[in-house]
Amino acid sequence: MQDLLLKLCYLIGSVTFIVGLKMLSHPDTAKKGNLVAAFGMTIAIIGTLFLYYTGDLSDKIINLIWIFIALIIGTIMGTVAAKKVQMTAMPQMVSLFNGMGGACAAIISIVEFKHLMHEGSADLNNLTAMTILVGLVIGTVSFFGSMIAFGKLNGNINDKTLPMQQVVNIGLMAFIVILIVCIMTGMIASPVILFYVLLGVAALYGVLFVMPIGGADMPVVISLLNSFTGVAAACGGFLYGNPVMLTGGILVGSAGTILTILMCKAMNRSLTNVIVGAFGGNKAGGAAQEVGGAYKEISLSDTAVLMAYSKKVVIVPGYGLAVAQAQHICHELEKVLEEKEVDVKYAIHPVAGRMPGHMNVLLAEADVPYEKLLEMEEINPEFAQTDVVLILGANDVVNPAAKNDPASPIYGMPILEVENATHVIVNKRSMKPGYAGIENALFYQPKTSMLFGDAKKVLQDLVSELKGM
Amino acid sequence: MDSFIQFFSTNYNMITIVILSIFLGIEVISRVPSVLHTPLMSGANAIHGVVIIGAIIVMLNANSSDIPVMILGFLAVLLGTLNVVGGFVVTDRMLQMFKKKKTK
Repeated sequence: MQDLLLKLCYLIGSVTFIVGLKMLSHPDTAKKGNLVAAFGMTIAIIGTLFLYYTGDLSDKIINLIWIFIALIIGTIMGTVAAKKVQMTAMPQMVSLFNGMGGACAAIISIVEFKHLMHEGSADLNNLTAMTILVGLVIGTVSFFGSMIAFGKLNGNINDKTLPMQQVVNIGLMAFIVILIVCIMTGMIASPVILFYVLLGVAALYGVLFVMPIGGADMPVVISLLNSFTGVAAACGGFLYGNPVMLTGGILVGSAGTILTILMCKAMNRSLTNVIVGAFGGNKAGGAAQEVGGAYKEISLSDTAVLMAYSKKVVIVPGYGLAVAQAQHICHELEKVLEEKEVDVKYAIHPVAGRMPGHMNVLLAEADVPYEKLLEMEEINPEFAQTDVVLILGANDVVNPAAKNDPASPIYGMPILEVENATHVIVNKRSMKPGYAGIENALFYQPKTSMLFGDAKKVLQDLVSELKGM
Repeated sequence: MDSFIQFFSTNYNMITIVILSIFLGIEVISRVPSVLHTPLMSGANAIHGVVIIGAIIVMLNANSSDIPVMILGFLAVLLGTLNVVGGFVVTDRMLQMFKKKKTK
């Protein structure tokens, strides 16, 4: 009976995960989908707590107390962290939580390995052992990788590329495989020592894997690590013959992989390229086209006049908008312009900001209507009829080098073709290059004017200027 | 070969689950509008927090006098909870913004 109930809990869990994910993929049902999945998770957790142990549960009272303490601390910390985080820091937060899951999977593997060794079963040449080892490696890589990604997005860690980085990474990967084989076949030394060597190497690989990846590739990496953790969780599911862990883990593993590929496609880069080739970091300095020359600045009042007398204005939001938390004032600007019968649209590049959909979430927060947010394919043909393009803290996604400079690291990435518009006004804090560290020739074009300053401040001034007109 | 056949027959159910789940995951996500990529990633992130069940199992199987295992298990449950709770709350916050707009 107990077993049956537990199985029922797990079945509910698996079904809610699938339904939840499905609902998450439609704007109308997304919020409910998240709650459905959370509900299923709660059922599965409660079921495990009270129904898994087949003996007398009162024997395990100490264990249960500790589990509850961990659950309570985790719930409080998780809720507070998730509630307090700024919209701009969302990607880091996802990366952080992802790392926690990876670490959890790795710890499970460590305990189970100890367990295996304790039983004295010297025979490690079986699938249980392999699942444990694979879970350990993937979980560890995911944890360390996520921490590095978190540090990078948070600005604590800079891009660093070792000499021969690719060779080192491939070497490490080969070493991991060799170690697993050695442990399983019982060759050389004690498996326990090798196990901890494996842990160390996996950690190092996680760090080195993410370290050189920078720039626009970070969302891809987070998505990839996300699916890694899914696979690590599935390893746990295999280990315990636990269907809900298996479905949840594999579902995330495969969905995460597809999402990663979708993102790569949006940037016109192959996955191998992202993983093996360092972006940004050590690109050959001399190879890229020289960009430079004079740029011109535009005053606030000129900008206001120009925009007020336009027929059509397209706003291109980027990370700068997110950093400045300027989404509300941006919506304000849009409304003021609409009152002056200016047609205002937003051009959303798939990878603007730090994550796909980052700008959509941000602008949705400010109540910008859905139909004003146009995706790249829709808006690109419209630039030719646009009078003014206002770029708010975006850079790489409008860099023409992606189209016409084969030496540029972002060559081939589809961009917003803003240079087809009559005027381009770029709001940035300085002339510093964007996240990918590449100069942008757009800023030096004759039709481009620079409007320096913090996005929020500039937009506020612009709105009051427009209101005064 | 024998061991492979044996593995296949003993784990037939799990293999089925794995393969079907792979297709399900692909199917579910392929039709997602890019607007929802971030919340979806975050939601998927919360779902793989299901690994916490493994952590709870570790704790339940542990002998409470085995301090190292208890500490590791405790940590695992804590980290897993962070993943689950944090993941769902962050996703909910992101989606809150979509909903607010919808009701207008």
